Amino acid sequence: MSLCRLIRNSARYCLAFVFLNTLILQASISFGDENRPLSNETLDLSALFPGGTTSVSVKRNNNAFSHPSAALTFEDKLDFKVGKAVFEKLWVSSPSSTTASDGLGPLYNARSCARCHVNNGRGHAPGNKLEPSIIRPISLFVRLSIPPNLQQIESIDDGAIPFVPEPTYGAQLQGFANPGGHAEGRLKVRYETTMLSLNGGQVVTLYAPSYEVVALGYGPMHPKTMISPRVAPPMIGLGLLDNISSQDLEALADPEDVDNNGISGRTRRVLNRKTGKIEVGRFGWKGGAPNLEQQNAAALFHDIGIGSALFPEPWGDCTTAQQDCRAAPHGNTARHEGLEASKKLTQLLLDYTQHLSVPARLERNESNNLDVRAGQKIFHEIGCADCHRPSFITRNNADHPTLSEQTIWPYTDLLLHDMGPGLADNRPEGNATGREWRTAPLWGLGFAPEQTLDKQTAQNKSYLHDGRANNLIEAILWHGGEALASAESVKQLLPLQRQHLLDFLESL
Amino acid sequence: MKQIYIGNASLFRLLVVPTIVATLSACNTLDAYETNDPSKANVSQHEVVQNYISLAQQKYNDALVTAEALEKTVNQFLAEPTDARLGDARSAWIQARVPYQQTEVYRFGNEAVDDWEGKVNAWPLDEGLIDYVDASYGSESDENPFFTANIIANPMIKLGGDTIDVRIIDTNLLANTLHELDEVESNVATGYHAVEFLLWGQDLNGTAPGAGARPASDYSVTACTGGNCERRRAYLSAATNLIVKDLKDMTESWQVGGEAYQQLIAKGDAGGLSTMLTGMGSLAYGELAGERIKLGLMLNDPEEEHDCFSDNTHWSHYYDAKGISNIYRGEYLSTQGTLTKGASLSQLIAQSNPALDAKMLAALATTERAMQAMVDEAAKGNTFDVLIGENNLEGHQIIQTIVDSLVAQTRVTEELIVALGLENLELEGSDSLDAPDSIQK
Repeated sequence: MSLCRLIRNSARYCLAFVFLNTLILQASISFGDENRPLSNETLDLSALFPGGTTSVSVKRNNNAFSHPSAALTFEDKLDFKVGKAVFEKLWVSSPSSTTASDGLGPLYNARSCARCHVNNGRGHAPGNKLEPSIIRPISLFVRLSIPPNLQQIESIDDGAIPFVPEPTYGAQLQGFANPGGHAEGRLKVRYETTMLSLNGGQVVTLYAPSYEVVALGYGPMHPKTMISPRVAPPMIGLGLLDNISSQDLEALADPEDVDNNGISGRTRRVLNRKTGKIEVGRFGWKGGAPNLEQQNAAALFHDIGIGSALFPEPWGDCTTAQQDCRAAPHGNTARHEGLEASKKLTQLLLDYTQHLSVPARLERNESNNLDVRAGQKIFHEIGCADCHRPSFITRNNADHPTLSEQTIWPYTDLLLHDMGPGLADNRPEGNATGREWRTAPLWGLGFAPEQTLDKQTAQNKSYLHDGRANNLIEAILWHGGEALASAESVKQLLPLQRQHLLDFLESL
Repeated sequence: MKQIYIGNASLFRLLVVPTIVATLSACNTLDAYETNDPSKANVSQHEVVQNYISLAQQKYNDALVTAEALEKTVNQFLAEPTDARLGDARSAWIQARVPYQQTEVYRFGNEAVDDWEGKVNAWPLDEGLIDYVDASYGSESDENPFFTANIIANPMIKLGGDTIDVRIIDTNLLANTLHELDEVESNVATGYHAVEFLLWGQDLNGTAPGAGARPASDYSVTACTGGNCERRRAYLSAATNLIVKDLKDMTESWQVGGEAYQQLIAKGDAGGLSTMLTGMGSLAYGELAGERIKLGLMLNDPEEEHDCFSDNTHWSHYYDAKGISNIYRGEYLSTQGTLTKGASLSQLIAQSNPALDAKMLAALATTERAMQAMVDEAAKGNTFDVLIGENNLEGHQIIQTIVDSLVAQTRVTEELIVALGLENLELEGSDSLDAPDSIQK
């Protein structure tokens, strides 16, 4: 592989070299077939570099998701590092001397992006699932809304609003307030366990969560409040997902299931705040943001309480029912375009979040590679790849050559799928129902376990939208709805086959 | 003249540190560096790493000594809160930053240091949490002259949504209660910058010349200004004590058997070299050139980085760069005039590739010149915040030259990594330099 690294800028050479060297595949390789989107990776070794030429060969450690795209120049990497400083910036309350760093809150889930996206990895649910726990909503946070009235239903159908926020607490529960302010509340989480027996005798325990908001700081919530707990997603490859063409996503959608395969992916329709147009949603657990820039701005606004051009109000998620909060000092500054976060600053954040590299897949020994191939075959045979779409070629983007026309392997179709009652949050968002979730990308999965090995979360790994699954097999077995047949197939697999499937997932 | 003392005798034998004992007059600058010491023609990787440890011991000890001096002047100031005493305390703070900034190169790659660093050097500071601030400065709309939800003004405070008892301001409150409450690694209410804020107050001059101008009477027990002087005195005292305590911890951490020492030794000699180069490169590139300098320049935010209350940012950057340079050269001149010198990376590189060594020394010299130009401007009243001001194009060029020279220096640092065959080493948990082989030219 060292030669391979030296000639990294020619991925194809590199792949050919891998092929010659390891002889994992006996079949002939076709590099030329670039019908997009690619449908099947079994014969394509470019899958070893899931981010195309942006993928970096890295070690499996806490730092694995924190490398800049390999395609960036040395000079561009400095902007990436400056953006990293913004991502890690601890925002402080206003007024302060650091006008570029103040504006926190007044209500917030975290002081910095990095606080929830620890090591750019996923957030986490409580480590101990055996006892009920009361937590501050930080990297597991809670969205809030109430059922819409008729007029509001119309606005939702038009895409003007995604949902109706809880009248007092707003769209999200913030567990922290600036000095002098009231936090909104905490989250009580308890898990009920059920045992599932798999073919071959393995027993898996699933932890079904139930949630309750407690220690309410502003009185009772609306009686019909719907809550949706979610963990922070990993940050890798987002610039590439941002550059999958909307047409490709629309082409994959099959809302009426005309091909009759039981899978009816739908595109999320969301308002692009910049253009005012309704576009395909692709970021967020229900695809609530049409692009990375808007996703970043929404997170700054709801999670940290920082206003920027797309979400300008400096009070973040404070509602009109929280007047003390709205009246609190804010960080809008003339020097920063009258905002808390100037366009320069959000641009730096965008630079950073666009270019976090998807690690190159790790090669191990030959026998493991054979297991991985076997698992990959199963992955396709039992239908996982129907939603966890292996590959795309990103659109032509002259402004961002490193994100343009890359062959990528995210294993997602970015579409909404009914995942069944077990995973449902029963809280609709825009055109996404309470049972639908956007397919999560699987790239980097083999690196993910180490992502949570920080001090606070040494105990558990957290998969799925609310981190309920402690490992990959639990995550698979939670799949229902459109994915029910696939999950059933996993139960029926021989233990060795199931292990191969997991080997494959961990090879990503 | 100073007596030179390196560690204790048994430590000296145990480490076989090839340290050159030298005497020189107590001055703060070393004008003429020799590039290499011909008497040590051949150094081993092991010796270079051992000397890196010796330098850490000396640097942190120096930081501790100057912090203790700060503590002493703060106590004198509190006993006698006059302008003169306040001036002494401010001078002692500035002096304490000299060695501390030169330790920062240890932060990257040394996990024990990085984990600890947020307690002593966290930035930005949540100054409004500590004491009164001028509302007109950060926020345009607020009518209150002073923002009053702060610890000094209130015996009980709502913070993060909890009500906490802050009747007693002591090190325990600052180090434990506040820290745990916020659940973040960096404490935004302690460290050098908290003390800086308490000594200087806010710099209300924006990008115009001038630092913070807190009156000494903010600490007066008889003619108190700013209100709550007793509590402000307690905060200043506790925050200063805490810096000393934390530096003691880190000084011990670098002694044989200490955490930082053990972590480094466990990596082996090649791992140790890799740590050294990671520290040099990460500080120069991402941290100093990027986060601390370029970001401030891009946002024209006078207080975006470091030492903003005292307007000491130029020295802060200068000594960061010097800290990198002295790791490469394997020598450290303490503020007390003690020179520690031993097997260096420079020698190690020169043994196999004298041209590369010369290139690195030249890059370091270019950076030093660029830093010196900034320091010279500051001496004329054009401090860092003035230089990055919106329309100060001349100032921008001075700062941009620093960024460029740090970037160039980092490129050479990557060459060093390749020359030493360390490119496949990646450090656990560190913000390592990105492997040179992953860079597309």
